[in-house]
Amino acid sequence: MSEPKKTPAAGGRASTKKELPEHFKAYKHVWVFVEQERGQVHPVSWELLGAGRKLADKLGVELAAVVLGAEGETVRHAVAESFCYGADLAYVVADPVLTDYRNEAYTAAMTTLVNTYKPEILLLGATTLGRDLAGAVATTLLTGLTADSTELDVDADGSLAATRPTFGGSLLCTIYTLNYRPQMATVRPRVMSMPERVEKPVGKVIEHPLGVVEADIVTKVLNFIPDRDSSKSNLAYADVVVAGGMGLGSPENFQLVRQLALTIGAEYGCSRPLVQKGWVTSDRQIGQTGKTIRPRLYIAAGISGAIQHRVGVEGADLIVAINTDKNAPIFDFAHVGLITDAVRFLPALTEAFKKRLSAHSTDKLAS
Amino acid sequence: MHIVVCIKQVPDSAQIRVHPVTNTIMRQGVPTIINPYDLFALEEAMRLRDKFGGEVTVLTMGPPSAEDSLRKALTFGVDRAVLLTDRFFAGSDTLATSFALATAISKIGETWGKPDIVFTGKQTIDGDTAQVGPGIAKRLGLMQVTYVAKVAEYDGEERTVTLERRAEGGTQVLKSSLPCLIAMLEGTNEIRRGTMADALRGARAEIVKWSAKDAGVEDLTKCGLKGSPTIVKRVFAPSPRAEKAQMIEVPEGASLADALIDDIFKRQPNLEPDLTALARGF
Repeated sequence: MSEPKKTPAAGGRASTKKELPEHFKAYKHVWVFVEQERGQVHPVSWELLGAGRKLADKLGVELAAVVLGAEGETVRHAVAESFCYGADLAYVVADPVLTDYRNEAYTAAMTTLVNTYKPEILLLGATTLGRDLAGAVATTLLTGLTADSTELDVDADGSLAATRPTFGGSLLCTIYTLNYRPQMATVRPRVMSMPERVEKPVGKVIEHPLGVVEADIVTKVLNFIPDRDSSKSNLAYADVVVAGGMGLGSPENFQLVRQLALTIGAEYGCSRPLVQKGWVTSDRQIGQTGKTIRPRLYIAAGISGAIQHRVGVEGADLIVAINTDKNAPIFDFAHVGLITDAVRFLPALTEAFKKRLSAHSTDKLAS
Repeated sequence: MHIVVCIKQVPDSAQIRVHPVTNTIMRQGVPTIINPYDLFALEEAMRLRDKFGGEVTVLTMGPPSAEDSLRKALTFGVDRAVLLTDRFFAGSDTLATSFALATAISKIGETWGKPDIVFTGKQTIDGDTAQVGPGIAKRLGLMQVTYVAKVAEYDGEERTVTLERRAEGGTQVLKSSLPCLIAMLEGTNEIRRGTMADALRGARAEIVKWSAKDAGVEDLTKCGLKGSPTIVKRVFAPSPRAEKAQMIEVPEGASLADALIDDIFKRQPNLEPDLTALARGF
């Protein structure tokens, strides 16, 4: 690098922003990776198209969907839907080598596309697939990548400002990739709201060859074992969620949370300490290092509301907090609060819901 | 076989306190631990060594005090510990960190034999990025497999490894080739206590300390702040919501539960018919 030799003070590089290196000036437009596997598009892809649309409009550039996979109905559907969720165009690499996710093949496809068509911003979902891919792509391209962003914006000079929680969610920080392109970020499912789907015809599609053949790929997929239905949780996308925290006092009392959830057709979850103590499995953890949820109703029982939990639930329409400690931080961001012992209150609430909901159903059945 | 495990010493984040005025992390008195996710990588590496023979080298990058975590790893029973420490590494983001670690792993390979597997944890609890593992793999040209729940088979002759990888909606069973980088998933094993002999050795063993130069770094502009494409522009505390939670008031003769349900349905009128419809389905 031919930069003037000067030791910048920590954090001072941003304020003394150098001009973007010449070879990066051709990088334009916002790209969103549309993640599809085994016939299904991960909904985080649409959420990202919604977020990408806002960035593209602000920059006055186009929004492109990137679809990788084997040629077929799934890819065609993913491309068509991308336009309905706001894409202006789509880049497609369709090749049988891309049937199952394998890092080598997907990294090759994505880096080839980036090097050929040069986007300024590239967004991916922070799923197991997206994180695996993003880390490899960013290193291959030697550019910056911000993981698990909770807010995306472009500032006055067009730089991507990606905000994410740091230090276990105690603080937020805004991260820039000033002198490299593309500016990459991952976003966890449900952090961005789902954009409205508008019926639209398929627009411009640019197909690009993979340039890699099966023999080049060392890793082989031997099998895929789908999760059993019983262990599948739809926590991130549930309409109603009930969760418990340390205020429950014992692992047995977590049953009270499950019972309420079952009664009202909700998914159940928990705060981080319960997972760390081994009371509940980690796929039920809600918060920065667990699942982000955006339900219409969230009931938090015996959860104090550390920031790491807060960032995972802030998108809920209505947050009800039950806690004995009137100074618990959860009352700072809940909409409705109850200062009472969750262990005693939850059974009463479950019973009251049972009565209320069955009363209605008999009314309706009678009429 | 030779296995390298990358670990990180992190502040015990459950105990992190933020200064209310300056918004800076108050590190004083905050205990440090081995990143909990790395323990699964350490244990898996030692199990493979115990079964197939060979050595486990543990590597960390950090301030001189990161030696504590390496000593801890030695008491579990790893064979060798390398500390990569240099002021040139200060301010590294994930790209610069993966460069430094990859360079050190190459040096470890030259010194004690090329590693067959490099292990990392899934992510750290302070950065939470999960990016350094993939970064190391790409820089060293290793096969990269993350979110690994199980090392099902290891074939030193055929130079292959069969892995169960956590994917969206299920488990992917992959066969890859050595050398590879494996990022272990949490909850996959339990870290051993280590023997008395390991404890004694851990206390006495010499820890290999490398500067950037010792590790073979030639281009210092790829390290630390200079080698980091990302810049932290602003650090701030989340802003409080304008209004605090409204406390439920219980009308005369009503129960707290009924009052809460009334309040919920008043605020979210569409929920009542939807929940009722769901309840009828049971």
